[in-house]
Amino acid sequence: MYTFSSKLKTFSFILMALGIIGIVYGFLATPKTTEEVEVILSEQHHGGHDSHEAHAAPAHGDANAHGDAHNADVQHHEHQKHLEHVLHQMQNKPWAAVYVGCIFFMLIALGIFTFNQIQYASSAGWSPVLFRVMEGLSAYLLPGSVLFFLLLLASSAHLNHLFVWMAEGITDPNSENYDAIIAGKEGFLNVPFFLIRAVLFLGGWNIFRILSRRNSLALGETGDLTYYKRNFKLSAGYLVFFIVTESIMSWDWIMSIDTHWYSTLFGWYVFASFFVSAVTVIALATVYLKNNGYLDFVNTSHIHDLAKYMFGLSIFWTYLWFSQFMLIWYSNIPEEVTYFIFRIEEYNVPFFLMLLFNFVLPILLLMGTDFKRLSWIITMSGICILVGHYLDFYNMIMPGTVGTSWFIGAAEIGSVLFFGGLFIFVGFSAMAKAPLLAKNNPMLEESKHFHY
Amino acid sequence: MSTKVIHVLYNDDDVLMDAVKTTRAAHHHIEEVYTPFPVHGLDKAMGLKPTRLAICSFIYGLCGLSFATYMMNYIMIQDWPQDIGGKPSFSYIQNMPSFVPIMFELTVFFAAHLMVITFFLRSRLWPFKQAENPDVRTTDDHFLMEVALHGDENEAVEFFKNTGAVEVKVIDKQ
Repeated sequence: MYTFSSKLKTFSFILMALGIIGIVYGFLATPKTTEEVEVILSEQHHGGHDSHEAHAAPAHGDANAHGDAHNADVQHHEHQKHLEHVLHQMQNKPWAAVYVGCIFFMLIALGIFTFNQIQYASSAGWSPVLFRVMEGLSAYLLPGSVLFFLLLLASSAHLNHLFVWMAEGITDPNSENYDAIIAGKEGFLNVPFFLIRAVLFLGGWNIFRILSRRNSLALGETGDLTYYKRNFKLSAGYLVFFIVTESIMSWDWIMSIDTHWYSTLFGWYVFASFFVSAVTVIALATVYLKNNGYLDFVNTSHIHDLAKYMFGLSIFWTYLWFSQFMLIWYSNIPEEVTYFIFRIEEYNVPFFLMLLFNFVLPILLLMGTDFKRLSWIITMSGICILVGHYLDFYNMIMPGTVGTSWFIGAAEIGSVLFFGGLFIFVGFSAMAKAPLLAKNNPMLEESKHFHY
Repeated sequence: MSTKVIHVLYNDDDVLMDAVKTTRAAHHHIEEVYTPFPVHGLDKAMGLKPTRLAICSFIYGLCGLSFATYMMNYIMIQDWPQDIGGKPSFSYIQNMPSFVPIMFELTVFFAAHLMVITFFLRSRLWPFKQAENPDVRTTDDHFLMEVALHGDENEAVEFFKNTGAVEVKVIDKQ
């Protein structure tokens, strides 16, 4: 039986508290009016030293070549529109920061559960000793999806402008917000259907998880193999449900932010991103628990296998990333390629840094056989992978919501700390509720003696 | 001058594994073991060093990557930088995404083929090589352990018969 150490509990509370402070600060620091935006912009553009001149010449100074009144009027109007545009981006920023952190950790929990179900469906002989770790960590799925659904509700209630297709009048031909392309997608992208889908997907995953956990606990207590068979069938059903819902989920919650853009392998790409993060989190938790003496039945071969998954899935993610990028870059079709042009021009550092963290470092660190057994290598490359995939989600969501006004500041770091702390708290509390060894699993003896 | 070796035959891989362990414990030098299929853990029981083939392969892969990069840079950027369908050929990095499939394939090609050739060279395998088979049964259902004979012949034969051998032969080796 695992007891949630008070040290880790305090640590998770500190993370959550710091996170809330960061998020609240992020919301408070958001400009409320276009005047405030003007001040911020002039400070950014001129480094503060000639900000008075910037005030005097509203349209960025250079457009003021002709002195006639009419021209200045038009410029003033356009400048106001620009300020409003930037204001919306800045008001979106703390929301988007929370959204990225929330979906990232929620999908990690989903990925851990999916990995667990794949182990069941394939009757894997190596992993049953890790089942309770996976079940515990995936317990975050329930609170995570509740919080995430609240965020979706907030967007639907126009508390923020994360989803441009939810904007007022965007499908109304008489409105000045009218967008013919988005109006054409109204059959799929409308708020009621969007929320129904969200309830269906989040609810479905959670029901599968609760049933699977219940069967697993019953199997451990009674030794009745019908529970094992039930879980086996459940996992096969879940995997079918998962792959369909995962694909639609990625269109709904991530791709629809860039409503004018679409990509066919996007669902797989999102899957690869959170799946490799999920396996990494399992590996990190296993290493942590083993080093604290709770997992004596786990040997270096199990850790080696997890590291192989981290290595292989990192390459799989890179393959999908590159396939998506290269096909769009190569054909250079204007309506598709703007997605990447904007990211390369405005998000250059996170866009390419992500490749270093998600591909170059894992492939070099985790290639050697001996390296895959060392806990400090696992920890180091695990942190690289998690940071990299956070950046990946950041790159997917931020350009469509905050545009050029991005910055990794208090709200972004705060939201990672908050959801990370919550993840640790929920995951490890769930682990402390049942013995860490999934007893009576028919594959357990094989798994205990697993040797690679 | 001829040296004598003992050929010990077994018909079960578990017996063979135990025999290898007792032989090593008794400080007999095992020259070679012939088996019809890979016996898991035999190399460890015999105390063989791990292979370095994977390290070779990694280096060959880097050679392939360098070769592909050099080749594409020379042909497409340096030698004749044409405008082909609007692809930017001003520098290597600008057109790199379209070279990645070639870079990847050549990395794999070099890593795989050169590693196989290294394996053939190091294990001395080629098409008209004379087979070094001490007993035809070792390709079918028998396991043969070849041990150098030092000291008393009868004592050694007796020792190996006790290891579960089905046959023990003393061979003169040129």
